[in-house]
Amino acid sequence: MRQATKQFGDSIFRFRIMAGKGQRQPVIEVRDMAKSFGTQRVLNDINLDVYTGEIMVVMGGSGCGKSTLLRHLIGSLRPDKGSVKLFGEEITTMSEKRLNDLRKHFGILFQSGALFNSLTVGDNVALPLREHTNLDEATINIMVKIKLELVGLREHFGKMPAQLSGGMKKRAALARAISLDPQILFYDEPSAGLDPVTSAQIDQLIIDFTRKLHVTSVVVTHEMDSAFTIADRICMLDRGTILKSGSREEFEALRDSDPEQLQSEQDRLLRQFLRGDAEGPITDRTMNSDYEDDLLMVSLKREQE
Amino acid sequence: MKEVDSAPEAARGMNLAGGLLGGLGRLTLRGGRRIFSMFGGMSLLLGDSMCKTAAGIFIPGRRAGGEALIFQMVRVGVRAIPIVVLIQMAIGMILPLQMFPKLDEFGQSEQIATINAIAGFRELGPLMTAVVLCGFAGASIAAELGTMVTAEEIEALKASALNPVRFLVVPRLLATIIMTVMLTVIADVVMIGSGMFTAVKLGIDGSTYFHLTTEAVDVWGFVTGLIKAGVFGLLTGLIACHLGLSVKPWQGSEGVGRATTNTVVYCIVAIIAADAVFTLIFYSYGLFD
Repeated sequence: MRQATKQFGDSIFRFRIMAGKGQRQPVIEVRDMAKSFGTQRVLNDINLDVYTGEIMVVMGGSGCGKSTLLRHLIGSLRPDKGSVKLFGEEITTMSEKRLNDLRKHFGILFQSGALFNSLTVGDNVALPLREHTNLDEATINIMVKIKLELVGLREHFGKMPAQLSGGMKKRAALARAISLDPQILFYDEPSAGLDPVTSAQIDQLIIDFTRKLHVTSVVVTHEMDSAFTIADRICMLDRGTILKSGSREEFEALRDSDPEQLQSEQDRLLRQFLRGDAEGPITDRTMNSDYEDDLLMVSLKREQE
Repeated sequence: MKEVDSAPEAARGMNLAGGLLGGLGRLTLRGGRRIFSMFGGMSLLLGDSMCKTAAGIFIPGRRAGGEALIFQMVRVGVRAIPIVVLIQMAIGMILPLQMFPKLDEFGQSEQIATINAIAGFRELGPLMTAVVLCGFAGASIAAELGTMVTAEEIEALKASALNPVRFLVVPRLLATIIMTVMLTVIADVVMIGSGMFTAVKLGIDGSTYFHLTTEAVDVWGFVTGLIKAGVFGLLTGLIACHLGLSVKPWQGSEGVGRATTNTVVYCIVAIIAADAVFTLIFYSYGLFD
C-alpha cells in the first residue's frame, strides 16, 4: 500500500512540477468512453481533458449523463469501453485497493452534501484525517478547525448535520472534501436547491479553492449563472455525447449571439440551453416526439377491442 | 356446430393453463434467484466482515473501531432491556399458570420449575430475545443503512477511500451478536425469577423450586442457549446489514421501507429455521438428555 501511495505521490508531484513550469498537462484524460445501462446508451464517445489548476464545468440538461460522467471520473463506475486517466494513471482497469489510494488525492462534494448524520460536523471533517493519516488528535482538531474556517463554519464544529441549513451542509461537506488537501475537487450540482446568496458563496469558495489552493476542479451543474461565474472551460453534454467543449468566452459569445446568424442546429440548441429560453430546438425536439402517433395508437387499439 | 364452438374454448383453456404454469414457473425462478442472490450476498458480507474484524484485531496500527462498537451496543441492546425483561416476566408467569392444573392432577406441581427452566434456558430465552432484537436492532439497522444509501452517504464513504463494511457493518454485526447473548442471560434470569414468584404464589416451596431448576439446567444447557443466541444475533445483524445496503439510491423512502419490513420478516423466519436446526442437532446427538 505504501508502495502504491508513493507511486501516486510521484505521479502527482510530476504533475505539479509540470504545472509550475507552465506546461499544460491534462490531469484528467477521458478517451472514447462509452457506457450503457442495459440497452440504454447513457454516455457515448466521450473525449475530455481537464488541465491542472483549471475549473472545468460540465453542463447539460437533466438526464443527459452529467452525474454518470462524474461517477466514471471518480472511479465509482467503470465504462464499457474507452479510457479514463487521473494523474496519468488508467483507472478503468485499476484494482479497488489502488483506486482507494488514488481517492485520497481527490475530494468530492455530493449533490446532497452526504454528511454522515451520526457524526458532528467536526467529526465528519476529521474522519478522513483519522482514517488515512497518523496525526494525533490535537493536530487533527487544529486541521479540522482550519478547514471549517475556510468555509466559514468554525463555530459550528460541534453541531450535528441535522442542525445545519442546506447551504451550511454543502459548506461542511466541502470542508470534508478538502480535509486531505486534494489535488482535484469534484462537485456534483454544488448550487442545486440553494438560495442565490448561498449559491454565490459556494461559487466563490470553488474559485478560492482553485486559485488559492491550486486545486483542479470539475463542476457538474446546470445553473447557468454559476457556470459562467466559475468556469475556465465548459463542456456541454447532450443525450450522452459532448456537444461542445471550449473556453467560457466561447460559450458566452454563443449565448449572446444573434439566432439568425447561427448556421448549425447544434449552435442553436446550445444557445437555447445557455440562455434558458422556453422556445428553441430543445423544446421542438420534445414537442416533435411521437405524440400524435401515440394518441392514434390508443384510439386504434380501442377500435380493435 | 357444437364441435366448431368447443375448439376455441379448448384452446383458451389450454392458454389459461399454460399461462398459469408459465406464471408459476417464472415466480419460482424469480424467488429462487432472489434466495440465491440473498444467500450469496450475505455470505460475501459475512466473509468480508470476518476479514475486517480479524484485521482490526491482529494488524498493528489498524483501527479496531471500539468506540463505534460500544455506541452500537448501547443503541442495539441497552434500549431493548426493558422490553426483554417485560416479555420474559410475562412468559415466566404464563407457563407455570398454564401447566399447574394438569401437573397438580398428577401430584407433580413442583415440576413447574423443571419445565420453566428447560423452556427458558434452552428455548424461550434466546428465541424471545432474538425476536425482540429483530424489531429493535434489525429494523433500525436496515432503515439506517438504507437511508445512508439514498442520502449518498455510502458513496461518500467509498469516495473517501473508506470501506463501508469495516466502518458500518462490522460494529453493527458484532454489537447485535454480543447484545443478543447478553440480553439472553438477562432474559433467562428474569424468567426463572418470575416463574419462581408465580410458583410460590401457587403454593410451591421456593427452595424446592430453586433446587429443581438447578437440577434441570446444567452448564451445557445454559451454554447451548447462549450459542443459539449468538447465532440468532449474527443472522439478525447480517440480514439487516445486507438488506439495508441493498437499497438502491433511486428507490428512496419506498426502498428503505421495504428493506425494513423485509428485515423483520426474514429475520424471524431465519431465527425460527435456525432454532429448528439447532434443536434437531442437539436432539440427534443426545444433548438434551
